[in-house]
Amino acid sequence: MSVLVYAEHDNESLKIETNKLVHAALGVSSDIVVLVAGSGCAAIAEAAAKISGVCKVILADNAVYEHQLPENIADLVVEVAADYSHVFAAATTTGKNFMPRVAALLDVAQISDIIKVESEDTFVRPIYAGNAIATVQSTEIKKIVTVRAASFDAAANDGSASVELLDTIKTSEKSSYVSAELTVSARPELTAADVIISGGRGMQNGENFVLLNGIADKLGAAIGASRAAVDAGFVPNDMQVGQTGKIVAPQLYIAVGISGAIQHLAGMKDSKVIVAINKDEEAPIFSVADYGLVGDLFDLLPQLEAAL
Amino acid sequence: MKILVPVKRAVDYNVKVRVKPDNSGVDLNNVKMAINPFCEIAIEEAIRLKEKGVATEVVVVSIGDKACQEQIRTGLALGADRGIHIETDAGVVVDSLQVAKLLQKVVEAEKPDLVILGKQAIDSDNNQTGQMLAALTGMPQGTFASEVVVADGTVNVTREIDGGLQTVKLQLPAVVTTDLRLNEPRYASLPNIMKAKRKPIDVKPVADFDVDMTSKVTVIKVEAPAQRVGGVKVADVAELVHKLKNEAKVIA
Repeated sequence: MSVLVYAEHDNESLKIETNKLVHAALGVSSDIVVLVAGSGCAAIAEAAAKISGVCKVILADNAVYEHQLPENIADLVVEVAADYSHVFAAATTTGKNFMPRVAALLDVAQISDIIKVESEDTFVRPIYAGNAIATVQSTEIKKIVTVRAASFDAAANDGSASVELLDTIKTSEKSSYVSAELTVSARPELTAADVIISGGRGMQNGENFVLLNGIADKLGAAIGASRAAVDAGFVPNDMQVGQTGKIVAPQLYIAVGISGAIQHLAGMKDSKVIVAINKDEEAPIFSVADYGLVGDLFDLLPQLEAAL
Repeated sequence: MKILVPVKRAVDYNVKVRVKPDNSGVDLNNVKMAINPFCEIAIEEAIRLKEKGVATEVVVVSIGDKACQEQIRTGLALGADRGIHIETDAGVVVDSLQVAKLLQKVVEAEKPDLVILGKQAIDSDNNQTGQMLAALTGMPQGTFASEVVVADGTVNVTREIDGGLQTVKLQLPAVVTTDLRLNEPRYASLPNIMKAKRKPIDVKPVADFDVDMTSKVTVIKVEAPAQRVGGVKVADVAELVHKLKNEAKVIA
């Protein structure tokens, strides 16, 4: 039994998801190797080598891997995966993109978005937007698994594995990177934040989201949004928390002007403490909130900012 | 240019499903079924490409028992030209890899320039089929699309990624999977619903496709999620902050 863990990073820093993947992989085997594929990633490989429980890091450092194009990454992972019984990647837009390609090329079924490792062949995953939890067993020769990182603790950083260079170059003429528009924010990322404050349709428009800024600054929080707020065009989709957006589980989640549709709850109900601020006291969000505050958010948000 | 749109019949997105008492699965008896929302966005995108004169033919394909012809008809009513139904026995669950293998055969026969499908189905929440189909057919892929622009034998796909947006250029033929903001699907008009009844659906038994339908993944049990119990209502901001600091201890 051995697990190949695909490192989550942006060519600049290693993401905390990688530590969580390693923690999840320990449920299968103690023989864990991390693959870092990217461009200019020597420091990221060194960071991955420090994760407790990692036996070795393989670094595939080449311009062809810079943008995580799935055609290139899948071919690389298929080749490296030959030596392992399991491949784990985060269920991020990177992992979701290339992992099913890996599974298909290896002719095995994939297990998506696991929240628990029962044993080396049995995993727990949500279905129907988290309204049901399935325990599934795979008898495939290789287990190709994406992991919902928010459901696992992060492995610590007191290891000292070696880094091995891999000069395999996999590239495809059929696909190329054009451009990216990345959200620039000094705030933590949604999937890594300890505190999240999210706005919903009750915010009324995109401009009003500035009311969340001061509170987010004071709490060191990331700012999220419900699908209703995204669909209404208030804020960009990368802020969406929910079944079809990001799945989060921070220490504190503050839902402002969010009614609590099933699809939103699916993305945040594993938060440690949930606070709901809504003027409708019958809103379903209150049925999952530890602390509910009924009232007009336009009055309450400035008060909250002042009180912190 | 021909566009193939694979669609899935799934539980209507408004339905709150219940787990069966014997934990064998989710109770789908007498539950409203509909076309998976992401598949509907895929049909809409294909129809718009046809309306712009980019595409000449839109073919909708679905895999399942007889009932999924309803969803094929929906696609035809929205403007697709013809349908293909790969028929399974009632109650058979087909996993994503098997679907991708069946679709691979359809792609080999139909030779579409573009395959547009939903990024995930809201029942199994797998998010696998499009990527698997791309791998099996050797096509490049643009997943989680928020914009699709076809020009000169290529397609530029703008993708919703965790940090924002990414645009990739793919050589045709290619696979595109849809995200929420790609478009807002239209409603089918009554005349188009009537017209759709005369459009052809080619029904083929799954056995004709020579794909191994035994799945290596078995569901051991399905349970209801742990219910979160609602807490208390606080009177004002001061009480909220006090409780967060002293009771929940999540802020300093």
